[in-house]
Amino acid sequence: MNLRWRHIAPRVGIALLWLVLALFLLLPFYYALVSSLRPSAEIFNPAWWPTAPTLENYRAVMEEQSFGRNILNSVVVATAVVALSLGLGVFAAYSLGRVRFAGRRLLLYTILGVSMFPQVAVLSGLFEIVRLFGLYDSLLALVFSNMILTLPFTVWVLTAFMRDLPVEIEEAAIMDGATPWHLVTRIFLPLMAPAMVATGLLAFIAAWNEFLFALSFTLSNTQRTVPVAIALITGASEYELPWGNIMAASAIVTVPLIVLVLVFQRRLVAGLTAGAVKG
Amino acid sequence: MAATPDRRPARTAWLFLAPMLLVLALVAVWPLARTLFFSITNATLIDLSAYDFIGAGNFLAREGDEWFGLLTDPQWLRALRNTLLFAVVSVSIETVLGVAIALVVNAHLPGRGLMRAAMLVPWAIPTVVSAKMWAWMLHDQFGVVNDLLMGVGIIDAPVAWLGSAGLAMASLIAVDVWKATPFVAMLVLAALQTLPRDCYEAARVDGISPVKVFFRVTLPLIRPALAVAVIFRLLDALRMFDLAYVLTGANEATMTLSVHAREQLVSFQDVGYGSAASTALFFIIVLVTAVYVAALRPLGRER
Repeated sequence: MNLRWRHIAPRVGIALLWLVLALFLLLPFYYALVSSLRPSAEIFNPAWWPTAPTLENYRAVMEEQSFGRNILNSVVVATAVVALSLGLGVFAAYSLGRVRFAGRRLLLYTILGVSMFPQVAVLSGLFEIVRLFGLYDSLLALVFSNMILTLPFTVWVLTAFMRDLPVEIEEAAIMDGATPWHLVTRIFLPLMAPAMVATGLLAFIAAWNEFLFALSFTLSNTQRTVPVAIALITGASEYELPWGNIMAASAIVTVPLIVLVLVFQRRLVAGLTAGAVKG
Repeated sequence: MAATPDRRPARTAWLFLAPMLLVLALVAVWPLARTLFFSITNATLIDLSAYDFIGAGNFLAREGDEWFGLLTDPQWLRALRNTLLFAVVSVSIETVLGVAIALVVNAHLPGRGLMRAAMLVPWAIPTVVSAKMWAWMLHDQFGVVNDLLMGVGIIDAPVAWLGSAGLAMASLIAVDVWKATPFVAMLVLAALQTLPRDCYEAARVDGISPVKVFFRVTLPLIRPALAVAVIFRLLDALRMFDLAYVLTGANEATMTLSVHAREQLVSFQDVGYGSAASTALFFIIVLVTAVYVAALRPLGRER
């Protein structure tokens, strides 16, 4: 009995630690969800389950704040950013991962260097370009500026994946007389599909969450993306923030992300670590 | 493939790289160059084409007996102090806690997949949303944190977590720890899962204490992955904007260098001065990265 207990005790201890950890990770979002479902009259009394659950906050945020428009904006921007990053990234990754040429290593490190830029360091320069092309207060400005966030790591992660594919693949294709264009579009593109899903998701999350550029390059509520809209939700006065609405808006934009993350868990982790470990 | 003397593959490679490089030049290289350029001018946001060169005036200038400029600006110095404090404390906690969590989650128990999925949740939640969620929980009058602590009897009056200077910084660090620790843990966990198992079997058979095994075997083996996680976190902490801006606003007590630079650039429309602040932040990050890489290099050669 004693020996058996000795074997079980550590496992019970670890299980308890897991429970504490899971609470620590998930409780804040759970509380936001609960708050979003409570009527505004009751919300100022903290409770851990929805008392008199209602969707009133959700209705308010969709109807009064044109939040639907903000969501659409975020979807449009994030989708365009993902498409552009992957399109540009997969060709660049082919060159960087499969071809040896002078300056390849330097180029890789330059791209990594760009991903270390603080966003404010490019803010005034981007402002100038955005204004020059008449993009201020438009979604195009956000698609354009978001590329600095997504393109470097897209190229970096896709290159890491591209390098791992066996050499025989293109040897056979080159024997058959395939041009580099065919090589990338017909042979590598299908093989890279899982890697592109992972990278595309990471880029989508980055663009979906981006705040500084969206805050600085848009002015009207119809052009705002979700993070800016949530940050700028205000009440009658500074001291009367409609917390129920804010929590409802937070839940609306977070639930799809969490579902995505849970569904693609393995691929996401592979993408995150590929960039870090192999680099 | 590499042995072909043919120059064509290289030319094709550059052709395929060209669109990506063009975009990167437009969104990164050129804007950075403009920021560096604006930092020695007195440009304003109203008209970016009308400016005078003022040399180092934005950084340091002397009029009569008094010094002016960024390097003497008490607000910037405060932001510098805040940023460094935030970066050092939050990254230290995240590293230690991240390794601990990775070790705990690496245990073989049913439900490990779910545990790993839960770790992705704080990371995937938009920072603005995290900031709002925590601002609500830390609310001085209606917040659940005060309610909880008062219920347990740790405090007997509501605390203004985001109101007073010291507590606001502590709250900022706490929220960042909640958000970023799982990310560190995930990278460490990936490294842990590549470690050879026989090594540990041998140590266990020989009766070596788990603590000793951790410091002598595990830590050296995961050090490369940990080094990468730490530099990622450090760079993110030094340029942090969203969390401070949404959680505590442009409050001096928690103002970071990024928040300060944007305040000057956009809110006060002072592109010259704001660019000087951005330039300073850029070089601080370059410096920290260079020191970090130089400090790690001998460790890498050892093995």
